[in-house]
Amino acid sequence: MEKTESWQPKIVAFLCNWCSYAGADLAGVSRLQYGPNVRIIRVPCSARINPQFIIKALQNGADGVLVSGCHPGDCHYISGNLVARRKFALTKKFMEYFGIEPERVQFSWVSASEGGRFAALMNRVIDDVKKVGPATKLVKEL
Amino acid sequence: MKAVETEVRNKAKELLEKGEVDLFIGYGKATIPLKSRPIFIAKDSAEEGPDDLVWDSFCSNNLAAYLQKYFENQPNRRKKRETPYPKIGMMAKGCDMRSVVALVKENQVIRENMVILGLPCTGMIDRRKVLEALEGQEVTEYRETEKGLEVTTRDGKSHSFDREEYLQPACKECRFPVPEGTDFMMPGDGRKPGDGGYARIKEFEQKSSDEKWEYFKTEMSKCIRCNACRQACPTCWCKECFADHTDLKWIGVGTDLSDTMIFQIIRIFHQAGRCVECDACYNACPMGIDLRTYTKKIVKDTQELFDFIPDFNTESTPPLSTFSEQDTDGFITDPEEH
Repeated sequence: MEKTESWQPKIVAFLCNWCSYAGADLAGVSRLQYGPNVRIIRVPCSARINPQFIIKALQNGADGVLVSGCHPGDCHYISGNLVARRKFALTKKFMEYFGIEPERVQFSWVSASEGGRFAALMNRVIDDVKKVGPATKLVKEL
Repeated sequence: MKAVETEVRNKAKELLEKGEVDLFIGYGKATIPLKSRPIFIAKDSAEEGPDDLVWDSFCSNNLAAYLQKYFENQPNRRKKRETPYPKIGMMAKGCDMRSVVALVKENQVIRENMVILGLPCTGMIDRRKVLEALEGQEVTEYRETEKGLEVTTRDGKSHSFDREEYLQPACKECRFPVPEGTDFMMPGDGRKPGDGGYARIKEFEQKSSDEKWEYFKTEMSKCIRCNACRQACPTCWCKECFADHTDLKWIGVGTDLSDTMIFQIIRIFHQAGRCVECDACYNACPMGIDLRTYTKKIVKDTQELFDFIPDFNTESTPPLSTFSEQDTDGFITDPEEH
């Protein structure tokens, strides 16, 4: 896709059921404004995220991917996000290493009470992805 | 090296005849020059089989790749086996031994059923480099000398190669040339341990995203998806690879470059905390893709982030099956800071 005036990024957000998804809910209930570019996918825990999901999202037309879970120590399954954190740290570095811009793949922690933080995070990610423009790398041409 | 070879043959014969192993896996002479192939010697050929064993500077395969299938449970059978697991003898360099340890940690190999002959490795000669220097002339004869390699080509001319110069890049960087924790250790000295080769990765990391992507693209466009890298890798042991899934099709069947890229990215990512830098994938690649730049990166990251090297320690936990509260949070996006 070319970068035109009307171009808007598509962002896939993988949110954990217990914290970040509830945080998104709270942002909605509190009528906080954030960009409409986000497509949320609810997952049971951030540890459910396989790095393949992120890569597959980028291949199938997402301009950016956000993964968010509970803050370390707050996981509903005690240690899911701590195991996930190791995977994410490696994923982030490896994605940068083969040439994906660091802005495209982001990770964060948002708790159920942080509606404001969720809205701010969304705006931040949307801004970052707008800066790097439409995804061209790894995209499958149909 | 000839002395070690005789020692290995005698030991293998002894083990097979005494019945301490049911099968011996080692290197044998290949049908083409400057190569070796894995050979499998069963108990009933204990008499003459071990005489085919070879130990020279071309034994670069990672033999641990053949182990896992002997220890797996058959599908659709009761978990409890009727027959006991076989006892297996194996020749192991530093890298083979590290792979065995990685497999033992992941419960794919039973260490008690293995008899390992450790070989102090002096590094393997890079066949591709030699053939390149010969510019396509056919090799008819070769022999190893003190300094390196003497090769005779079809036209009768002889060429000599310096060992150090024509060594495989992985062997130059190798940090563990001498295996530890083996059952028997063959005599001789190994290479001096190398520095691990992180410098070239650090250099590559400094490039811009677009430069890195261009390089990745040119390398991956050579890939013919033959899966040789996956088959050669000892720690790629999944019974059903994500690339073969059809219900959830991760990798398209077409020739789209993005599918090839995803295959390689995920294949290498799955080696985090397991890759022993043996370069089996790189050596197996018929297209000569520079996989080394990417496999080494994952090794470097696991060491830097989790202080883990897949070494000879069978007690340590693989880094991605555990966690620490002190793990880095540095990559996390925090909307409140700017």
